[in-house]
Amino acid sequence: MSALLDDIAVTGKGEDVDSADHRALRFLTAGSVDDGKSTLIGRLLYDSRAILADQLDMLEAKSDGEALNLSLLTDGLESEREQGITIDVAYRYFATPQRKFIIADAPGHEQYTRNMVTAAAGSDAAIVLVDITKIDWTATPVALLPQTRRHALLAALLRVPHIVFAVNKIDALEQPQPAFEAVRDALQAFAIEAGIEVAAIVPVSALRGDNVTRPLDAPWYSGPSLLQLLHGLPTTQERVDGALLLPVQYVAREAGEQADGTGHQPRTLWGRIAHGRVRIGDAVQLFPSGERAKVADLRRAGSAVAQAEAGQSVGLTLDRQLDVSRGDWIGTPDTLLPVQRFGATLAWLDTEPAVVGRKYMVRHGNRWVQARIASIGHRVDIGTLAPADAQELAVNDIGHVVVELGQPLPLEPYSQNRVAGSLIVVDPASNRTSGALLVNVVR
Amino acid sequence: MNAPLSIDRLLPALDHKHLDWLEEEAIFILREVVASFERPALLFSGGKDSCVVLRLAEKAFKTRVQGQHFNGRLPFPLLHVDTGHNFPEVIAFRDRRVAEMGERLVVGHLEDSIRRGTVRLSHPLESRNGHQTVALLEAIEEHRFDCLIGGARRDEEKARAKERIFSHRDGFGQWQPKEQRPELWTLFNTRHRPGEHFRAFPISNWTELDVWLYLARENIPLPELYYAHPREVVRRKGLLVPVTGVTPLQPGEQAEIATVRFRTVGDMTCTCPVESSAANAVEIVAETLSVTVSERGATRMDDRTSDASMERRKKEGYF
Repeated sequence: MSALLDDIAVTGKGEDVDSADHRALRFLTAGSVDDGKSTLIGRLLYDSRAILADQLDMLEAKSDGEALNLSLLTDGLESEREQGITIDVAYRYFATPQRKFIIADAPGHEQYTRNMVTAAAGSDAAIVLVDITKIDWTATPVALLPQTRRHALLAALLRVPHIVFAVNKIDALEQPQPAFEAVRDALQAFAIEAGIEVAAIVPVSALRGDNVTRPLDAPWYSGPSLLQLLHGLPTTQERVDGALLLPVQYVAREAGEQADGTGHQPRTLWGRIAHGRVRIGDAVQLFPSGERAKVADLRRAGSAVAQAEAGQSVGLTLDRQLDVSRGDWIGTPDTLLPVQRFGATLAWLDTEPAVVGRKYMVRHGNRWVQARIASIGHRVDIGTLAPADAQELAVNDIGHVVVELGQPLPLEPYSQNRVAGSLIVVDPASNRTSGALLVNVVR
Repeated sequence: MNAPLSIDRLLPALDHKHLDWLEEEAIFILREVVASFERPALLFSGGKDSCVVLRLAEKAFKTRVQGQHFNGRLPFPLLHVDTGHNFPEVIAFRDRRVAEMGERLVVGHLEDSIRRGTVRLSHPLESRNGHQTVALLEAIEEHRFDCLIGGARRDEEKARAKERIFSHRDGFGQWQPKEQRPELWTLFNTRHRPGEHFRAFPISNWTELDVWLYLARENIPLPELYYAHPREVVRRKGLLVPVTGVTPLQPGEQAEIATVRFRTVGDMTCTCPVESSAANAVEIVAETLSVTVSERGATRMDDRTSDASMERRKKEGYF
């Protein structure tokens, strides 16, 4: 016990992680069933000791006396087993002394796009599994599997910041070195052709654990293990410099404590800062009213503070009484520009297709407004990224569209800010979340 | 373990910051509930996870005066479903905390549902855990709650691992795993029809260790059951079963006094302690770091019945 505690006390200083980067690294895993994705996740959980004894007993009981079948650790719901498919994204947790991790495990086949979109939103990285045993690496040129192209293109289209290819099942090859090198070159060529920036290409054997958490013991590979790589990736931080942008989440009336005798009840405007920072005394402007005021007071989680920055929730009181409600925005004066028509990437998630001209509800920040798809520019062929003509978008389709809003919103391109550049589309008849919009062009 | 443990020794800087980040996320979700729903309530059982959520709610909606004291009132009542088989220490703790904080507590009694005939027990000492769903849904209907805030975590169990932070329930209170709405970024879709409701889980992304670290760091009071104490137990199927009026000794069994603590406190008929000498939250953190059995596996008889028992209960409207 004391050895374990010392271990944690010493290694907990987090030597190879920027000390400011304390958030859990959230990454999605993409791969088809037999690519070994479940085994890889099982391996990460098992080697980081996130698996406990009773779960191990279950594993041993189900593994029929053979080597532990780690893929059973990510076994799904009863309703999924009944149908032999994985329905949904599952979230899993593991930690090393240096870092905490959240895996968004997206099933790779049925409804892959819908699940990948869900897992990609908010992820810092994507691991795309490549089953090297399914590739003829002696061919020229080496042909990648369609699902590898699809998963990588989707991750890039959804702007996941870091894309890692994990080339799996190298233990099953007689000549791992030339095979890996040929596949690596093919992946690099594909990435360049598709304009995808690749963080790394690593060989692994999820089954044996080679190069997952333990470095690969082979003379032909001197790069990092997958876990070392994950330790080094940054989480996605919004910019702290420049203009302030804060969506008002919740307006609280203070109970009498600051009553000034005039019956005026100061109100605290709570929200999480999308970008920039705020200090007491700063001039701010409200959207959509355009009213201006100065910040009189700031609070975080029940205590007074002098400033707050991007990613933090903060409560503001203003120096004058203004009509502010949930869904409004607070920003640096003259930086919040109204947008009523914009170009976006639309990922459609609903079995009912997206119809041009129909009114939907969209949520941006904390505001719901009406919107319609003015036109579909084209659908994106997920295998090739080539544009294809489309009159409507069906489930799992991704397209470039022009959207018209019932009320102006202060949109920014998604590439500049996730909060100001993302919207969800909801079908007002079913209340289902039908689509995800990533703002491209603000006009 | 010879030197006394201090929380700082167990909590390296990384964990402190990680807890800050989890706290930030949870407070954001709690404010989202209050801003999006008309009649929310917070599920408070006196259990450790609900004690954490309660503290987070104080931080989200009250002003800290000093130490453990907050000014103001929560913008929602607390709700507890009492099976009638709860540990008396836990009920006493619940009532003491509610009185100290000056909050409003709504209690749904399973006994009332039995009296009404909406719950029929197959035998008097049957586990009441599954039947709580009926009393819970009746309380929701009676008080027209449209969102219940709960302390469930995704690391607890695989049905939970797939559940949304804002989880929709239909008119019968059912969770439909195949109909879950994609949850993108923090753009929660809380739209619902009258009669439907939501469950919101602010500590979805916390692990059991995070919960104990936070309890220790924030000095959050817990029922004494959570700390090591002597108790009369019987060993049954690998579990330590407490000997109580509703879980009596069976023929041929021998009771013993063991030093134990509870890792979860639920219905007396299905909650078991583990052997432990950990007398405070910091010692429990130390123990949790070296623990080898999952929380629900070690302590819940009902979750052992079938691989899918939590999923089935949740579909019917369970917590």
